[in-house]
Amino acid sequence: MQRRVIFDNKALPYLLLVPQVAVTLIFFIWPAAQAIWQSVHLQDAFGLRAQFVWFENFEAVLTDPNYLDTLRITVIFCAAVTLLSLGAALLLAVLADSKIKGAGAYKTLLIWPYALAPAVAAVLWMFIFNPEIGVLGRALNNLGYAWDYRLNDTQALVMVVLAASWKQVSYNFIFFLAGLQAIPRSVLEAASIDGASASRRFWTIIFPLLSPTTFFLLVVNIVYAFFETFGTIHALTHGGPGKATETLIFRVYQDGVVNHDLGASSAQSVILMVIVIGLTAIQFRFVERKVHYS
Amino acid sequence: MLTRRTLAVSTAAFALTAGIAGAAFAQQKTVVEFWHGLPQPLGGQLEQVVKGFNDSQDKVQVNPSFKGNYPETMQAAIAAFRAGNAPHVVQMFEVGTATMLAAGPAVKPVHQLMSETNTAFDAEGYIPAVRGYYSSKDGKMMALPFNSSTTITFYNKDAFQKAGLDPSKAPATWPETIEAVRKLKAAGVACPMTFSWPTWTQFEQLGALHNKPFATQANGFGGLNAELKINDPFFVKHLQTLMDLQKDGLIRYSGRDNAADPLFPAGECAIIQASSGLRARIVKEAKFAWGAAPLPYWPEAVDSPKNSIIGGAAFWVMTSPKRTPAEYKAVADFFAYMSKPEVDAKWHMDTGYVPVTLKGFEAAKQAGFYEKNPGADVPAQQLTRTATTENTMGLRLGNLPEIRNIIQEEMEKAFQGQQTAQQALDNAVKRGNTVLRNFERANKG
Repeated sequence: MQRRVIFDNKALPYLLLVPQVAVTLIFFIWPAAQAIWQSVHLQDAFGLRAQFVWFENFEAVLTDPNYLDTLRITVIFCAAVTLLSLGAALLLAVLADSKIKGAGAYKTLLIWPYALAPAVAAVLWMFIFNPEIGVLGRALNNLGYAWDYRLNDTQALVMVVLAASWKQVSYNFIFFLAGLQAIPRSVLEAASIDGASASRRFWTIIFPLLSPTTFFLLVVNIVYAFFETFGTIHALTHGGPGKATETLIFRVYQDGVVNHDLGASSAQSVILMVIVIGLTAIQFRFVERKVHYS
Repeated sequence: MLTRRTLAVSTAAFALTAGIAGAAFAQQKTVVEFWHGLPQPLGGQLEQVVKGFNDSQDKVQVNPSFKGNYPETMQAAIAAFRAGNAPHVVQMFEVGTATMLAAGPAVKPVHQLMSETNTAFDAEGYIPAVRGYYSSKDGKMMALPFNSSTTITFYNKDAFQKAGLDPSKAPATWPETIEAVRKLKAAGVACPMTFSWPTWTQFEQLGALHNKPFATQANGFGGLNAELKINDPFFVKHLQTLMDLQKDGLIRYSGRDNAADPLFPAGECAIIQASSGLRARIVKEAKFAWGAAPLPYWPEAVDSPKNSIIGGAAFWVMTSPKRTPAEYKAVADFFAYMSKPEVDAKWHMDTGYVPVTLKGFEAAKQAGFYEKNPGADVPAQQLTRTATTENTMGLRLGNLPEIRNIIQEEMEKAFQGQQTAQQALDNAVKRGNTVLRNFERANKG
């Protein structure tokens, strides 16, 4: 029998909805509307003068070769961070899930990095990789390898990718571990009895059964790489050398907060909004179809 | 029943209470909110100076608060202004000057504040290079200079000794500097030389020292339509020299802004061109004999170098819809105190910033500060050694922080061999001019 909650008062349901609607309006719709308004205006820093300029800000941003380059770097950066952090976390989770001595200690240690603020983590990486004061940076230079991320695009990108991925591995690890523990042992045992090797068991049983977790993490990691790596990049390279580690979100900050160019910054935010909406739609439409929910 | 009499009594009683409350209010101090961008230990020292003012009188209470580094303080002040809630006084770094001037009604110029409130103020008492930076085109003070610095050379005397160089003097010219870094390298110094604030030291100061324009329109003082001039052969040749030296390991690019600062006191690099404000840190941390000297120059471009330009920050008066004349008077009293020679001299001697007033400089001399601290007068000497020209007054370019970043980015690409010196500076000029044009458009009319 279907049970329905019945309200005597017609207004009550709306009243109960008010807090949620208010939060959405104030914290999501209002700023987004502001961004759209600012993206079609040219303003001075103090907001004393604003003129409507149609889509000039978008035109300026999209025809700027540096912006397109930043877009390319962002794609590389996001792909690298997502693959690296998912791959490393899966490997570690599979290893930690096996029956080994001190598994609890390993698991605890692997979760620790997640508790660090991105900026603090970045400073720790700097103490490792700085060519003058970093432990590893100095060692590399002493060994004759010219390590200086301040003047080498590739090295700088590798470093921010490593730092950003490392930060996310713990998070992914927790979810993968939980996912692995949810896989019925009986299925794996049956496969073992049938003579399936460890790698075959992984690819034909574990990996497909983990796919809901993997899919969820894929979405979360892409969003993380897009939006939450700002602190890491800010503390490590400031987007340099040149613009080698400048991502879209870093550029939004740079143009809006440092350069006081609110029009360009807002236009970029709007573009970013469109990209994220598109990405999410693609993920749910196409990738999710391949996901195996048990 | 309310009679006419009780009404009269209660009205009188009300008037009396209101009168007492009013009197009490009048005795209260006028509060001035002051936002600054100096981290510790300098921030604490600044707050001590403010405390000195608060203790010196009983009418005004200035509340200093730290709002993050300079760009963050600027951002906070702008956001507060937009919300109709700007602080009375904000400390703004020198490269934000053009932005503040373009703010028009958001800012009350200091000369106007002082004349409106009938407060004595000696604008002529400021060192010309300092006054010029914060003056309008017709020479009127727009902000109150306080903590100013300039860039100089610091060198490691022990390393000079080891390399067979004369430790009593630093190389005065670039050719001598190049010879010195070669000898230092040969003597086994891994990093003979580096520089902080790449744009400030290698372009802005270079232009001033050699009387070459950084931008048209008298470096932007003449109007918003200025264009960058740093792809001039003189700047290109200088950048090419730096690139060659970097390639040979004779000079090291150590990152943006002041990232190079720690390398000198740590003994890593033997020579550094950095803010004069680095002095305090070197005194504290360096475990070797060191000296200070003026920046080197190119003898082929100029017979003797001009004055350098300043950095650091100044105090700006911000407006707000609810500001009262009494509050402006309080700000004027505060500024009058801050511009006293003895306050200036003490700040200079405590921190390593340059004295901003001529009398403050004299007071520090009188106090025997320079005998006890050899080389501490180098920044002030370098700032005052010639009369200012339109190329040595400073820069008045909109969004200068962004332009500084652009130049740093293009330099980094050039140092990696991705482009030539000419390409780097052509790109910097092109991108910088776009920034200037946007600023011009956004601030016109």
